[in-house]
Amino acid sequence: MDQIIIYKIILCAIVFVVTLGAAAYMTWGERKLASWLQDRVGPDRAGPFGLLQPIADGLKMLFKEEMIPTHSNKWLFILGPSFFMLTACMTGAVIPWGAGFTIDGTFFPMQIADINIGLLYMLGVVSIGVYGIMIGGWSSNNKFALLGALRASSQMISYEVAMGLALIALVMLTGTLNLGEIVAQQDADYAYIVYQPLGFLIFLICAFAETNRAPFDLPESESELVGGFHTEYSSMKLGFFLFAEYINMFISSAVMASLYFGGYNFPFQHELGLEGNLLSAIQTAVFLGKILIFIFVFMWVRWTLPRFRYDQLMNLGWKVLLPLAIFNIFITGLVMYFTGKL
Amino acid sequence: MALVAAGFVVTTMLLTHLLGPKRKTKIKNEAFECGIESVGNARTPFSIKYFLVAILFVLFDVEVIFMYPWAVNFRELGAFGLWEMFTFMGLMVVGLLYIIKKGALNWEK
Repeated sequence: MDQIIIYKIILCAIVFVVTLGAAAYMTWGERKLASWLQDRVGPDRAGPFGLLQPIADGLKMLFKEEMIPTHSNKWLFILGPSFFMLTACMTGAVIPWGAGFTIDGTFFPMQIADINIGLLYMLGVVSIGVYGIMIGGWSSNNKFALLGALRASSQMISYEVAMGLALIALVMLTGTLNLGEIVAQQDADYAYIVYQPLGFLIFLICAFAETNRAPFDLPESESELVGGFHTEYSSMKLGFFLFAEYINMFISSAVMASLYFGGYNFPFQHELGLEGNLLSAIQTAVFLGKILIFIFVFMWVRWTLPRFRYDQLMNLGWKVLLPLAIFNIFITGLVMYFTGKL
Repeated sequence: MALVAAGFVVTTMLLTHLLGPKRKTKIKNEAFECGIESVGNARTPFSIKYFLVAILFVLFDVEVIFMYPWAVNFRELGAFGLWEMFTFMGLMVVGLLYIIKKGALNWEK
């Protein structure tokens, strides 16, 4: 029993470090990708191919002057980014990173918290993340920050409804909220994208809106709002806001990969003749590969599509995605009823 | 996980507070308004629409959360559960239509 607890703590640390590392290198990846799409060179000074750039950025953030505006609410001002970062890091706990491995007859699962309400936990933590932005933007006592925070929070809560509804159609198929079980089911059956193409599309769009990524990056539309909710922030507090966005992107890619694309499973995995720990290691690698593909899509979209206007954004959320998600549930229910999968 | 994350956040916050230079002036710590002297503060009334969206979110999110237990037990509840939930969702759609017709989600104007 003690063994498992120690293992869980180690796994916690590993997942945390991997998440942070991945997010750090996503900033590098994004800049390289952007430069590639725009026919530029991109960061190339710090280390070979600019590979040390994220570390340089991090250190720079750390050594910059910390500004707290005179008229801001000091504690809330500090609480905002801390909260945002905290919630961004917490979601990784329920994601099954692999099938798990066996050493000396003891089974070690590759999931930190195998709770049966994994999906609800995820949605809950995502909703708490809104507070970070709201607190940060409001306490700055700056008009741009206030507007940015208002936009961000009303955008995030609007798309959360459609996201929840898209997930309901999936839960109808799986019959469980446990992420580990959902992934395991996709081993025996097809990946759920086959049954839920519309649901996935809605979820994908909502994930873009939830992470405040282009084309939904209105909260920080620099041409009208300076920096949005983080206008007044400097040093690592600004770093947290920007960094948490990348962590959110990483986590939502992981969630999409495990909910709709079979998680760590890959086609013909049992025909390879591999057993136990080796197969499990390959599965984890495949899972990380799927996450990478999604991250690429996130960045690709950002450097391809222009930004929405605010009313377009709200209309898309409430008048298109929400009815579509409800329609998706209707269709899923009816198909399951008439094909006897009920 | 939460503990690890919290530890990281607190440490980094302290570090950045201690490491950074501190050269504060009165003007520098004013709210940023594109270089012009700031006018009033930001504790002003804002568009009621945002508040309306928040209220609507609460309504719809409660409905969505209500549907999760149903979705988990979808297979056990069978046809009866399906039609019951369709009725509920029908009412939800009527509500949504009412909101749209009422113009609660109209942003331009």
